[in-house]
Amino acid sequence: MNQTTEAAPALPAAGDVPAHAEGRPGRGKGRPAKATARRTPAGKQGFRARLRRDKQMLLMMVPGIVFLLLFFYIPILGNVIAFQDYQPFLGIGDSLWVGWQNFVDLFDNPDFLQAFWNTLYLAAWQLVFLFPVPLVLALIVDSLVSLRIRRVFQSIAYLPHFLSWVLVIALFQQMLGGAGFINNGLRQFGLDPIPFMTNPETFPVLVVAQMIWKDAGWAMIIFLAALASIDASLYEAAAADGAGRWRRMWHITLPGLRSVIVLLLILRIGDILSVGFEQFILQRDAVGAGAAEVLDTFTYYTGVVGGGWSSGAAAGLAKGVVSALLIYAANKVAHRFGEDGIFAKKVG
Amino acid sequence: MATTLSPVNLRSGRKPKELNYNPKRPVWKERPSPLYQTIKALVLVLFSASVIVPILLVVSTSLADKEQLATAGGFVLWPERPTLEAYETIFNGPMVLNSLGVSAFVTIIGTVLALFVTITMAYATSRPVLFGRPVVLAVLFTLLFAPGLIPSFLMIKQLGLLDSLWSLILPGIFGAFNFVVMRSFFMNIPQELIESARIDGASDWTILWRIVMPLSKAVIAVVGLFYAVGFWNSFFNALLYINDHSKWPIQLLLRNFVVQGSGAADGLGISSVPPSQSIQMAVVVVALVPILMVYPFLQKHFTKGVLTGAVKG
Repeated sequence: MNQTTEAAPALPAAGDVPAHAEGRPGRGKGRPAKATARRTPAGKQGFRARLRRDKQMLLMMVPGIVFLLLFFYIPILGNVIAFQDYQPFLGIGDSLWVGWQNFVDLFDNPDFLQAFWNTLYLAAWQLVFLFPVPLVLALIVDSLVSLRIRRVFQSIAYLPHFLSWVLVIALFQQMLGGAGFINNGLRQFGLDPIPFMTNPETFPVLVVAQMIWKDAGWAMIIFLAALASIDASLYEAAAADGAGRWRRMWHITLPGLRSVIVLLLILRIGDILSVGFEQFILQRDAVGAGAAEVLDTFTYYTGVVGGGWSSGAAAGLAKGVVSALLIYAANKVAHRFGEDGIFAKKVG
Repeated sequence: MATTLSPVNLRSGRKPKELNYNPKRPVWKERPSPLYQTIKALVLVLFSASVIVPILLVVSTSLADKEQLATAGGFVLWPERPTLEAYETIFNGPMVLNSLGVSAFVTIIGTVLALFVTITMAYATSRPVLFGRPVVLAVLFTLLFAPGLIPSFLMIKQLGLLDSLWSLILPGIFGAFNFVVMRSFFMNIPQELIESARIDGASDWTILWRIVMPLSKAVIAVVGLFYAVGFWNSFFNALLYINDHSKWPIQLLLRNFVVQGSGAADGLGISSVPPSQSIQMAVVVVALVPILMVYPFLQKHFTKGVLTGAVKG
């Protein structure tokens, strides 16, 4: 029983194959008793025997593996076109190799630099203004005494997470657009309409507002779960020692949330170059490429729309590699600070 | 991704309480000051209103009749004489029905396939089997790195899936996060159950179908709903891969006729009798309603499913 009650490890540790190493007997039906012997540690049992024993399990992996190959690993190899002058009619095999030229060209391309800058700028906005909101909401909700208010608010706040970006933008447009609800109201009072949705200068505010609207409630769940796992007797003891509300928050609540906050920050940093794809594609026309072009939309418009397959792929590859490095680095930093990060144990 | 990934790493040794446990105010907790109380109430009310008002506005406007819309100047918060005219109009043209059909097809087939691929993969790697570890690592790697837009596009093109509904389905039938949730759930199923079935001669498929799946209904429901919502909401794949108007899913229709604001009536192939405002709203509502319908189920299960699947228990 001990083996099975063993906790499921955290996400990364989920990579470790479970510890019930010897738990699986061979199949019994119609075989001599010997065949049902417990599984011996890897290596002692022959490869062929294991293959025979696991063949149905291996068969079950096939659909997933085919998926991974077709839509993940082979496309990764397809990134070689970033080093080619890819021509669709020639294909990958016959297109000319140009080395790093596409990357060099990118950094001479003002549009790319603009997109790169916009990405960083918007990411900074998100990090500063978006990140704390779910935490604050969770602290408020956690302090509510009325169970009913808690439930009602949670139901409302989670909902937008499940709406598509198209729908979210459509709703924002109906509220804030030039002919939207609020501007209609302003006009009726004889005031000038405010171009919430089309002003490039305030675009970061709009983007962050949309993200808060869509996902802050959902992100709150994680903090709520973490808050619920803080030992209430700590609060009680602190209160008995005369610590007020703010001191308790500073010395108990925030340290209790530390690992969750670090984890989310790492994920956020790894995601920093993917500021949000659909959101920007949908609003690029209204705000203009100057403000709304980010790395992902640049890849799309250069590659798929403009036919510059190789430079699009180069931009995409650069972004992917930088993101992976960022997440790796952030994770290292987290380890330095004694936190688990996302790769809690060494995976593998 | 950031938000959905994270409940898995709560590392305090204690079992997390039910999210909605009843927090009666303990004796040692001081009553909040009126100011603090007001700020809290204000934040909660404003946030809730920002979610409810736009939805109410859209639904009401889609139901409003011509006269009320004219006097209100475009939007109404409550339809005085509700009429289904706008809906009759959009369902008379072929486009909306067509898109709904496409979205429904993609969602249903996609979810079934996705569950099949995810369940088999998660079960096969939840026990110590040959190649289990490298396969899990290969899946987890997808969380770290993305192949990129252009190569994915070229792959779909190579497979001849451009302008085929399968281009909306196949790239979405496996998600690493859902895999992780499902797999940790399977790993927590008592080994004894599986062993005894095996001794009785059950094959791995039988064990999965007769023992593991019935025990995992909650997590299968959650993961299935996540996949379904994802398929219903997906818009970008359609933008990339689908040119043929008759194969547009509802999200793409919504984008082209509402967000981009090209004349709804012309594009939908209908003669506009009710004001175009309510037609647009009706299209928004049509995309919204399925989500609102599954939302109660989602809500019932997701915290439980995701947390049991992922948090130390």
